[in-house]
This record gives sequence, C-alpha cells and structure tokens, in this order.
Amino acid sequence: MSKNSALIDSIELARRARISAVTMCATAGASHIGSALSVIDILAVLYSGSANVDAGRANDPDRDFVLISKGHSAAGVYSILGNTGYFPMQWLDQYCADGAPLGGHVTAHGVPGVEFSTGALGHALPFGVGIALTSARDGNDRHVFVVLSDGECQEGSNWEAAMLAAHHGLGNLTAIIDRNRLQILDSTEGISSLEPFADKWAAFGWDVVEVDGHDHDQLRARLSQPHAQPRVIIANTIKGKGVDFMENQVPWHTLSPDAAQAAAAVAQLEAGA
Amino acid sequence: MRDAFMAVLTEQAQADPTVNLIIADIGFKVVDPFVAAMPDQFLNVGIAEQTMIGVAAGMAMLGKRPFAYSLGNFPTIRCLEQIRNDLCYHNLDVTVVSVGAGLAYGSLGYTHHTVEDIALMRALPNMHVYSPADAQEVRGLMELMASTAGPKYLRLGKNREPVLHRTVPDLRAGEPVLLRDGSDITLAVTGPIASTVLEAAALLAAQGISARVLSVPVVKPLNAQALADAASGTTCMVTVEEHNAIGGFGSAVLEGFNRLDIDMRVKIMGLPDLATSAIGSQEYLRDQAGLSAADICTQAQASLAR
Repeated sequence: MSKNSALIDSIELARRARISAVTMCATAGASHIGSALSVIDILAVLYSGSANVDAGRANDPDRDFVLISKGHSAAGVYSILGNTGYFPMQWLDQYCADGAPLGGHVTAHGVPGVEFSTGALGHALPFGVGIALTSARDGNDRHVFVVLSDGECQEGSNWEAAMLAAHHGLGNLTAIIDRNRLQILDSTEGISSLEPFADKWAAFGWDVVEVDGHDHDQLRARLSQPHAQPRVIIANTIKGKGVDFMENQVPWHTLSPDAAQAAAAVAQLEAGA
Repeated sequence: MRDAFMAVLTEQAQADPTVNLIIADIGFKVVDPFVAAMPDQFLNVGIAEQTMIGVAAGMAMLGKRPFAYSLGNFPTIRCLEQIRNDLCYHNLDVTVVSVGAGLAYGSLGYTHHTVEDIALMRALPNMHVYSPADAQEVRGLMELMASTAGPKYLRLGKNREPVLHRTVPDLRAGEPVLLRDGSDITLAVTGPIASTVLEAAALLAAQGISARVLSVPVVKPLNAQALADAASGTTCMVTVEEHNAIGGFGSAVLEGFNRLDIDMRVKIMGLPDLATSAIGSQEYLRDQAGLSAADICTQAQASLAR
C-alpha cells in the first residue's frame, strides 16, 4: 500500500525463500512444505513493497500489519523474513531444533516481523478485525493484511469475523486466501466444499477479487487498489509450487523431504525462476 | 454486582480513553450507561464470542485495555482457545467478564450454570482470576485490575447480592478479607455464596462453635501465605465455592498450601461433578447440591470432630 525503503525483487525473493523452506523442512524433518511453497509468492509480494513493512523498522508504530493465520506455513514465512533481513539467516538452519528461536508454527515471541502467534486455525482474522477497527477509530491509516489458508475457512470463527468486518466497512482490511485446494487428508472440495467460495465472501459483504496466486503482478495490482469494503483476494495457488513431485500432492502437507528429495527439489528451484 | 461493575467501568473509561467495553450482545439495559457516556469506546460484536476475544486481542495489541463482557460460559468456554492463544500466549491486557457466576441463572438450566470456569481460567498461564463476593469487592477488584497488566478473568454474580462489606476492601495485596471473626474453624469462601457461609457461621455460633469467615476474591494468583496467616489459630479450614469441586477455589488453596508446605487440614465444599438437569432458583439448586448453610454447618462440625 505504500513504499518500502529497500525494494526487493519479489521473484528472486520467492525463489530464494522456496529453497530455504525446502532445506529447513528437510533438515528439521518438519511437515507443511506444500503449504509453505504455495504461500511464498503471496508473502514475497507483501514483503517486497505491497505492505508497508520493512525489516529496518519492524516496530514502526505506523507500519502495516501482516498477520499469518495459516501458522503452519512457518517455513515459508520464516524463509521470507530471513531473506528480507528480519533476523540472521542462521536462524533458518536451526528450524525446529532444541532451544531454537523458530518452530513449526509462526510465533511473535522473539521473532521480529511476526505480529501474532498462530498455529490453531481461525484466529488471525478476528484479531485482524480488532487491529483494523481500532486503527480506523484512532485515525491511523495502516492497512491490515491477513493471510489465510483455504482449508482454514472451514473454521466458523473466520465467518464471524467476516460478518463483523463487512458490517463496519473495514476498507483497511485485506484477507488473502492461499487457495491451493488441498488440506491434510484430501481436497477441500472432497471434505467440506468451500465453493462457491467467491460468492460466499461476496454474500458476506466483502469486495472479492481472484488472482493467480503465483503471478506477482496480479497480486501487486490487487493489493494496491483501494477498496471501501474489506477485500478478499482469493489467490489460486498450487500446493507444493515449484517442485514437480510435490505439486498438487495431498501427502506433502504432512511429509518431510528426505535428503535425496530435498536435493532434487533444490535443484529444480535453482534452475527455475 | 453487575451494575457496580458497569458504573466503575464507565468512570474508568471516562478517565482513560484506552478502556473499552466489548460485548457479545449481552447486557440488556445493563450496558446503557456506558454506551451513553462513551459510545466510541464501546463495541457490540454480535453473538460471536470467538470474534469478541480476537477483536479484544487486536485492540490490546494496539495499547487499549478492553473488557470483553458476556454471560455464563459464553465468554470463557465458548472461546477458550482464543483466550488461551490470543490473550494468554501474548499476555495481552484484556479482562474477560462473565456475569452469572455459579448457579445465578439456575432456572435457565445447565447450559447457563457457570460452574467450571474457575478451573479452566485458572489453568491458563498469565491469567488472573477474580471472584468477588459482593459489589464492594467488585469495586476493590476494579482498583486492583486497573494496575494489573495481562489477561484477567472477572467472575461476577448477577445483581442484588447482599452487600457484605461496609467499605470497599483494599484488595491490592490479594489478601483474604475478614467477614466474621472466630477462633475454632476457618470457612474460606469465594464468590457470592459468601452470604450463605455467613449464615452457616451464625448457625455454628448457636451451637457454640466460633467460625472465622474469610472471603477470597483473588483466586489467582492466590496469596496462600496470607490465607494461612488469616486462618492461624483455628483448627482447620473448610473452603466453599459455587463451582465444581474439581479444579476450583478449593483446589487452588490446596495447591498453594502444598507449594508453601503449609500444614493445615482443608476440606473442599463445591458442586458435585455432575451435568445436572435440575431447574430452580439459585438457593434451591445450592440446597440440592449440598451447599446450603445447614450443609456447610454440618461439614464444619464434622471437620472439627476429626
């Protein structure tokens, strides 16, 4: 929504972050690599200028708030924050290790750049409504971005918050949904259908737009448009994006790549752009 | 009790723009004075308790001091994970307020019996738990809470509870408040059932037993040393609460005494571990549950006879 002091090329940031995330999950034996790879382009765009956030002023009282509701995408979030200078890159090497600063769900405790600790789903949108409503009442023009998973929209608390945000006309609130269409055990449509997803948000009074969630220009364009009502950007993504054997594969929500799989994944990501 | 709370909160909000009242569509007429005085510090989120706590957390993150007010189990158990993760994990300055402690809404049935809340709130890190016996204790607690950062739970009765204290007690040190002096046995009580405990003390006096009655509105952090000191000279203690006997005030006393190696005999009186289908007034249900003045009297005699 406003300028970042050190604009970073978002494509290169996303490429590096994907390599970091694969390496982190492999080293740690951690889950959720599929979720990290699907959300990284959204985060890369937010952290390269679309959100008014900057590692150099992580505590600026007028900064925008980026809230990660899908806390399990921690490897993706941390790889973006590490690669944009919020904390030393060495922290990524210790992901999920004993006594390490970074664990398997995003935490604001001791981690610069994370505003709100999540892990249980359906928490950040109500919290974001609180931030947006209070900012509006206080005359602060910060914007609040909440990054959600699609499966997470099965949690009722999101719809409570959606109703309230529209009622109060929170044009300073944007939800970005990582619509990768998969959850732990199956597709979202195979378990409890989200579709007609855009219609649901529209019926709740939100300004709805859909984008290709891996197209940075589309994301940037939709993130920069002003809107009177709260906006939801349904970002159509591919779970496991960038690694051919992980793409659109349900098990990669849970599995951790072994050494050979990690090497193959990193090779693909280094070759791609 | 709820009117006393709302009056003090309105005064605090007038003096401090960070004080906010958030409700989940509870408080017919009760919230009117606050809304009339401070409409910009008020928010009704609708019947959406998870969102009430999440919104309160967001407000608190920006430096506000919201009070999230609802009834019975709605502001606690309905949104327990939001209290745990959003408030307690982030140690945010939000006060969760429930009106209708214990069996205050007895005739509305078990869904409205607020009888496991102390146990659940007490088990959460960073959470403070306050359980006033009357409107004067509410006023004392409001003063204490104004200078206490972090998440807090205020368990209010309904209204028209007997006023037990002539003046507002100073609760800043979390000490028990003496309601009646005595030398044989200590009856330690939390919440509005304190008036029933005073009746029990009168029954005991008629039988030549001198009971000391202590009201304990600060349940967490429990000042167990102060409680033991206040009970000193008496033979043993009976704790009384209008709450499941599992995990509530009596458990807190036992844990506190255990931590400090305080050697005092304690008997817990609370509600049976039962999802009761009984309907009736608060007094009727107290009787049914074995928490009448006569029951407390009988237990005190038995404890002394051991």
